[in-house]
Amino acid sequence: MTNLTTREKVERSMKRRRASESRFRAYGVASVVFGLLCLVILFTDILRNGVSAFEQTVMDVSIELDGDYLGIDSQADDSAIKLANFDGLVKRHFDREVQPERRDRRQLFSLISAGASWQLQKMVLEDPSLVGQTVNVALLMDDDVDQWFKHYRGHSAHPVLNETQLGWLNQWADEGRLHTNFNTLFFTNGDSSEPELAGIRGAITGTFLTLMVTFLLSFPIGIAAAIYLEEFAPRNKITEFVEININNLAAVPSITFGLLGLAIFINLFGVARSTPLVGGLVLTLMTLPTIIISSRAAIKAVPPSIREAAYGLGASKMQVVFHHVLPLALPGMLTGTIIGMAQALGETAPLLMIGMIAFVVDVPGFITDPSTVLPVQIYLWSNGSEAAFTERTSGAIIVLLCFLITMNAAAVWLRRKLERRW
Amino acid sequence: MKKALLTGAAVVASVFGSQAHAERDYISIVGSSTVYPFSIVVAERFGKSTSFPTPKVESTGSGGGLKLFCSGVGGSTPDITNASRAIKQSEIELCAKNGVDDIIEVKAGYDGIVLANAAEAERVELTTKDIFLALAKNIPNPDGSDTLVENPYKTWKDVNPALPAREIEVLGPPPTSGTRDAFVELAMEGGCKQFPFIKAMKKADKNKYKAVCHGMREDGAYIEAGENDNLIVQKLVTNPAALGIFGFSFLEQNADKVQGSLINGKEPTFENISSGEYPVSRSLYFYVKKAHIDVIPGIEEYLAEFMSERAMGEYGYLAEKGMIPMKPAEMATVRANVKALKTLAAN
Repeated sequence: MTNLTTREKVERSMKRRRASESRFRAYGVASVVFGLLCLVILFTDILRNGVSAFEQTVMDVSIELDGDYLGIDSQADDSAIKLANFDGLVKRHFDREVQPERRDRRQLFSLISAGASWQLQKMVLEDPSLVGQTVNVALLMDDDVDQWFKHYRGHSAHPVLNETQLGWLNQWADEGRLHTNFNTLFFTNGDSSEPELAGIRGAITGTFLTLMVTFLLSFPIGIAAAIYLEEFAPRNKITEFVEININNLAAVPSITFGLLGLAIFINLFGVARSTPLVGGLVLTLMTLPTIIISSRAAIKAVPPSIREAAYGLGASKMQVVFHHVLPLALPGMLTGTIIGMAQALGETAPLLMIGMIAFVVDVPGFITDPSTVLPVQIYLWSNGSEAAFTERTSGAIIVLLCFLITMNAAAVWLRRKLERRW
Repeated sequence: MKKALLTGAAVVASVFGSQAHAERDYISIVGSSTVYPFSIVVAERFGKSTSFPTPKVESTGSGGGLKLFCSGVGGSTPDITNASRAIKQSEIELCAKNGVDDIIEVKAGYDGIVLANAAEAERVELTTKDIFLALAKNIPNPDGSDTLVENPYKTWKDVNPALPAREIEVLGPPPTSGTRDAFVELAMEGGCKQFPFIKAMKKADKNKYKAVCHGMREDGAYIEAGENDNLIVQKLVTNPAALGIFGFSFLEQNADKVQGSLINGKEPTFENISSGEYPVSRSLYFYVKKAHIDVIPGIEEYLAEFMSERAMGEYGYLAEKGMIPMKPAEMATVRANVKALKTLAAN
């Protein structure tokens, strides 16, 4: 064996080396395929479950807005309209139309959403002259009816609806009066205990307010810290210690920030629980390390020649930093900030401690109103017992994913657009 | 630049300042995740039918809620806490220590806890004794002597020859859950005290009695499946051999997927729980801070909404959501107490 030439040795090992290379490539392809497959499964599952949340079953009804029954006329003011018994009017209408046996009446009424009377009330509030007229409306149906119409139609049995109820529903469906509309309420309502009335507007507004607080605090603080540490701070033990701890903070589990927020902002400073203000403060703590680290990296990437040229022309340290380094580093800083904000957007754990896991119906108007955020809304709905909430959970996930994809795409676009290569 | 910074600082300072002093204008409710779905319905209806803002309801668990509730009086503390068990003496003391003296206890209704399996599997009939023997960490020695041994049973047939030879596999909530507390107290302890020597232990050594009766086995037969009852239902569907522990309202909503086991010969139905015949049912409560009633607007009106016939009555919307209403006589007492704002100490 020892009398082989080098060339022969190389040739002999060639096959083995090529095999190992192609094996490595196969592993790589397999991992990528596995990752993509998981993503595809996740997306199809969420889409399959969630797309139907964007549709809501309604029923075409022509109903007389009987002024005598409601106790109002076409000149009635808002407070009188709010007191009028629209619920009774809806029930009376269905009672007269279907004429159920007495014991079946409750079952008939349970098919119609509690939102139906609010729907009529809203119509009359907008146009009081409708009182006394017969109007055609698409009345909101209960979530059980909604689920049956979308998923169980054609099945003979249903877990919640009984035979009498299915009889009425099948008749209405055959007459073409039951149909689905685009679920606008899902985007215009706050949370509700009735799935058909539950929407994400409150959560989206809460998310927006919380992220606004986070951005307004973490962007200036993070960038100031990064510039100081990178450009002005002396290199000594203290700055080194600070640096190490910023890196450590980035790896701290997010729930810890929630506990910190509870102890400092709520218990010490008395900021109200469950508000975007306290949520934003906690998320600021969480995103600061990400922003500082990425901003410092962006500042480091500005070549020293730029600084030296500026110094050579007589610029002061301040002028060098703010006229030359900062504009060039800004795209990197913005990318880091957007990624930090996207992280904050998906966070629930720290918010758990500061009371943002809450049922909030009214859409928050300011950062001191109680509110919740989108991921928390998803979590709350996933605990709901009605099947319709499962659907809405997936619907809200789709919306959240859209936001995340948009934010990440914006980060990529900014980087492409503004980045300069040296 | 400087001006902008100063204005910014002023805005932040004013927000903080106004925060610390402004009183809340909405009701803040915390507490049990079991009462949460009922509480939010009342809160929502209250918000829609009155001019008050809709109350904010947080789901913190019974213990967590009472801790927050007892942390003091004032706008930053909750006005009402929901609980799936009665307040403990230690909690009343904590409240008193922090200046929360007048607490109004309100019983809201009943809730059943069910043991269920997949609908296509065979329905199970158990006694509380079977449940204790199958799930306790230490059980009385099977040879009949008055000693305790580590739970040796692998299948239901080992526990009781009348039961199927299926492996014991029960999915249930973790110790932080009120459902778990109630299950342990009612089902486990119910079976446990049927052994005379353990019952005698209660007088001699209460802590040991509790440890024996409340200790769940940790060898994998009892699986902690988290607080999410939907998850337990899903797991039961994929595994017909397993049983799951959750609230009655989930059984009702998922009647096509799971069926409730008979306990001591009683099926978990609305009627059986309401009449108290089904052994594993508990009372749901909420507690109101009397000192807040004149300060935070709408608390009395919220109570009135909760007490109304259309809410907690026999055919009220809470019953539709799965809460089991009280008998009329009991309900009348509760209503009278609430109307008089009767506090716990006065009881």
